[in-house]
Amino acid sequence: MATHSLQDMRQQAAIAAKVFIQRDYTNGTVCQFQTKFPSELETRIDKQQFEETVRTLNNLYAEAEKLGGSSYLEGCLACLTAYTIFLCMETHYEKVLKKIAKFIQEQNDKIYAPRGLLLTDPIERGLRVVSFRKQCDSH
Amino acid sequence: MARQKGVFYLTLFLIVGTCSLFFAFECPYLAIHLSPAIPVFAILLFFFVMAMLLRTSFSDPGVLPRALPEEATFIEMEIEATNGNVPAGQRPPPRIRNVQINGQIVKLKYCYTCKIFRPPRASHCSICDNCVDRFDHHCPWVGNCVGKRNYRYFYLFTLSLSLLTIYIFTFNIVHVVMRSVNSGFVKTLQDTPGTYPFMLVCFFTLWSVVGLTGFHTYLISLNQTTNEDIKGSWSGKNRVQNPYSHKNIINNCCEVLCGPAYPRYCTVLYCAVGPLVLCGHAYPRYCIVGPLVLCAPAYPSVLDRRGLMRDDLPVPTSAAEPATNSNPVPQTTKTTAPLIPNEHTPDDAKPSMADSAIAHAEKRSPSPREEKLPIPPLASPETDAEASIIAKDKAL
Repeated sequence: MATHSLQDMRQQAAIAAKVFIQRDYTNGTVCQFQTKFPSELETRIDKQQFEETVRTLNNLYAEAEKLGGSSYLEGCLACLTAYTIFLCMETHYEKVLKKIAKFIQEQNDKIYAPRGLLLTDPIERGLRVVSFRKQCDSH
Repeated sequence: MARQKGVFYLTLFLIVGTCSLFFAFECPYLAIHLSPAIPVFAILLFFFVMAMLLRTSFSDPGVLPRALPEEATFIEMEIEATNGNVPAGQRPPPRIRNVQINGQIVKLKYCYTCKIFRPPRASHCSICDNCVDRFDHHCPWVGNCVGKRNYRYFYLFTLSLSLLTIYIFTFNIVHVVMRSVNSGFVKTLQDTPGTYPFMLVCFFTLWSVVGLTGFHTYLISLNQTTNEDIKGSWSGKNRVQNPYSHKNIINNCCEVLCGPAYPRYCTVLYCAVGPLVLCGHAYPRYCIVGPLVLCAPAYPSVLDRRGLMRDDLPVPTSAAEPATNSNPVPQTTKTTAPLIPNEHTPDDAKPSMADSAIAHAEKRSPSPREEKLPIPPLASPETDAEASIIAKDKAL
């Protein structure tokens, strides 16, 4: 049982080391994250900074999923070529995902890493959560 | 691609077989006596149908990666915090999160297999053993789930197959009529006996495929999924309306068919050593190597459903594993903890908005009451399996 409780403590430390920001579904299934500031990060970062990051992410995802002339054109063109065009061309969504990855990298380097936090790309978790990993609290 | 691939091979056989017979027996006559454009158009249509079929079968429908242990534990703690102390012997309340979407309250259910609260419109497919985003249905004819990423290919497949079937059937009739005019009906039957069994197949599949296309056109115009239609989620009971619909048929169609090409969330690449995880954590998925031309990248053969959960490198068994392993839900999970019988969602479920749950969790997490930390019980999949995933195909 002793090992068990050690594992539990490790688990608890691990839990405390990650903060998850959930999706905001008020506008439907478009990818948006909640901008509510989690209290675990109060000591680490500025509320404004956090909101700015999440808001930019939200805007980028909105841009990726935008339904408009260009996305319809891309869809129709792809359909006419039996979707083989995507072998040569990147989809608009993939282009924006690259932008997002770059943005997250930038934010980590400039803002979060100096404060001992690591922002993970939500695409790795199926666009379900944005997680902040606290670097210092490791077991 | 799912485990049971038998029906998919049947689909391939029927389409390729029917078209081959058409090209072999009827096209030469029609090309000479009517127009060479007829077989040319038939070939183009055939290739489009095959492209859409293979694309639907071999593309990721929008599988949601399972929660990493940290996230799973975090969610469990949130749930514990929300539910508070459940007296011994009492069933804990069902795991539901209520969210408001466009003014409508939607219940998000917890998936015991994937350890996540499923996003709206996602559902767990028991055959593929994955949660799929915007889950429509599991189609045995294409051997895959139909979800967010491959719905448009599925729709185009059924649409083009309807056109192909109608085209072949029409020209079969034209061919028989033309020959009969020249040489008499009985002689025509004797000359070309091979096509008639397939004409019969054509006739029956025509009704089912056209019916299916019509049904999906109806669903697209309302921005509904087959799953929602079967469950009657937005059928008007209690005055609930579909919160995802744009209330405009054109907008709904455009969103579903011409919307952005959504990305894959996770892939598992097969290499000589074993499954290699590209991003996130490995989870078992059934797929076979697909033709590179139509779906980039190719998906490898993955095997045991649970093997990857514990960082084992499973022994690769190839896609040649026969479909005799037909039990769709093999119970290989080692459950060491009590099950949470939580599959029902009664109306008096305790509503909890996501952020208030988080707020509770924050307050509770450093609490000393957890001398014995609640280990999240490993619930088994049968408490959460979504029944009747296989669509009511209007087919045979």
